[in-house]
Amino acid sequence: MNTTTFLQYCLAGISIGGIYAMIAIGYTMVYGILRLINFAHGDIFMMAAYFMIFAMVDFALPWYVSLALVAIATVLLGVFIEKIAYKPLRSAPRMSIMISAIGVSYLLQNLATYLFSALPKGYPQIPFLMTNINLGGISTSVVTFITPILTIIFVVLLMQLINHTKIGMAMRAVSKDFETSQLMGIKINRIISITFVIGCFLAAVGSVLYFTPRPSVYPMAGSLPGLKCFIAAVFGGIGSIPGAVLGGFLIGLCETFIKAAGYSEFSDVFTFLILIVMLLFKPTGLFGEKIAEKV
Amino acid sequence: MSMKKKTICSLIALLIGVVFLVCVNRMTAPTYILRSVLQMGAIYALVAVSMNLLNGFTGLFSLGQAGFMAIGAYAFAIFTIPLESRANVYYLYGMHEAIANVQLPIFAALLLAGVVAALLAFLFGIPVLRLKSDYFAIATLGLAEIIRIIIGSALMNRITNGSLGLKSIPSFPSIFGVIPGFYFPFLISAVCIAIIVLLIRSSYGRAFKAIREDEIAAEAMGINLAKHKRMAFVISSFFAGISGALLAMFLGAITSTTFNIAMTYYILLIVVIGGMGSVTGSVISAFLVIASKEWWLRFLDTELYIGSFQVPLLKNGFRMVVFSVVLMLVVLFFRKGIMGNREFSWEGFFGLFKRKQKKKTGGEQIG
Repeated sequence: MNTTTFLQYCLAGISIGGIYAMIAIGYTMVYGILRLINFAHGDIFMMAAYFMIFAMVDFALPWYVSLALVAIATVLLGVFIEKIAYKPLRSAPRMSIMISAIGVSYLLQNLATYLFSALPKGYPQIPFLMTNINLGGISTSVVTFITPILTIIFVVLLMQLINHTKIGMAMRAVSKDFETSQLMGIKINRIISITFVIGCFLAAVGSVLYFTPRPSVYPMAGSLPGLKCFIAAVFGGIGSIPGAVLGGFLIGLCETFIKAAGYSEFSDVFTFLILIVMLLFKPTGLFGEKIAEKV
Repeated sequence: MSMKKKTICSLIALLIGVVFLVCVNRMTAPTYILRSVLQMGAIYALVAVSMNLLNGFTGLFSLGQAGFMAIGAYAFAIFTIPLESRANVYYLYGMHEAIANVQLPIFAALLLAGVVAALLAFLFGIPVLRLKSDYFAIATLGLAEIIRIIIGSALMNRITNGSLGLKSIPSFPSIFGVIPGFYFPFLISAVCIAIIVLLIRSSYGRAFKAIREDEIAAEAMGINLAKHKRMAFVISSFFAGISGALLAMFLGAITSTTFNIAMTYYILLIVVIGGMGSVTGSVISAFLVIASKEWWLRFLDTELYIGSFQVPLLKNGFRMVVFSVVLMLVVLFFRKGIMGNREFSWEGFFGLFKRKQKKKTGGEQIG
């Protein structure tokens, strides 16, 4: 493997990693606050792709309008799911709310199969994103190049929001202690909604970037990327945003190199192995906080 | 109600069940849907109970059931496909020399299916069982996916036939040449479920329940957490393996995609509707869910015209949407499912009618 191919793979890995990072942030934020694996997050990501097809193919809207519409629709879907499926179970045992999340995921997949059929649907091309550019000998498409940049920009903005605004402070408080923050006058439901808004917005952006270089969308398209991003979040330490980003990039890079080495069948096996090994040796992840269990 | 009366009631119920099955077998055409619905119901009842042993009784939220079913199904299929049809099944890659001429009797293969699944569960359990609640769930989900991917990969071409899957798997055999094959899944499921029930009623079962209620308290009472969790995991996987083998017999052909995540979700749906922590709940719900999915709700998938008016919503895939909505409704509003964590009892059964009668008379008095 010469340097150019190596760099090309690096770029591809970082690019897919950036997308994973964006989705992983959604998982990690929801887990940080609700202590819930939002199994439906991967399917929200898949629905965002169908929204894009709707906007650009069925309504023939220009791509910038479509992007805005997709973001709005995805965010609404996420918040709606939270209100319907998670909010009523706030005081229920952890297992119930997890089953509810699995139920939503199951529902979204079946709904997508019903509405759009199980056959893959062509994803609309945004011409500007697909143009080829040449970076010092590495030829790549714009989308591959801007994905990591967009990821970094969003993460920096998000960190600013969380560390330096009142809403961010409330979020941190809620994730530290649900009940006490409620006593301090924080409107918990609003904070949770905002978390879902941020998570779903990033999922929508990630969805556009993920599917643009891919030919088609099908109802199960979200489940595996969703699981991988959850693994990225666990890897980085669930609840920690820099951790999720690092985990996303790492898994993206590993996956690309395994595929490059000719073992594409086993790239998912490897990702799951990472999860199991990580959970064994450092269950709190790279940047996770250790939580002592209270008796 | 006295013990004797209960035994009589149970015997009568058992007799009714057997007579019903005999009637179905004798009086219906071999392709009639009720037959396959009942058989599939029995198979899913077994896997649902085995999942319930883990999720409902021991409090370990596992999502790996489909993976262990896959192991069982493949272990069974590889060793029972008749020698003469093997060349036909493995036409592309050929079968590995070591197993090409090994054929096991059905019962031995069935046991092997369970043992292989249990053995893998034991090995996986060493790392995975150290994890808690949702981490355990996601790790078992990952394991199931790993198993599925490896079974379907090119690496296993000469053993599992890779992505082509296996076919020509023998169907249900007659038992000792006396009882027709139709009864096979019912008998095996009933025996397995009975073993699980005995286990749950034993001191081990009480230890499982203690772990479910409070791990720390259970440990303080002297229950060996690691040992009991491992035991529940291995036993549950053993029966999942057997039900996988039964499913392979029922379907006759399997591929690794048969055992995907959706299958685990489907089993979970059965367990949740039946009630976490209730064996009878799981059994009842398995038959109900299978019957509605495969039979009663079929019409939801076909477009229906009344005159020239097309009934809205009905089209391919609507059935599964209805199913997932039912799951959501159960989770949100009837969290206990059909049975909660109680078991079926004759007192409860007759009490049901009595209470209804009381309500009726009560209503009349007010009116």
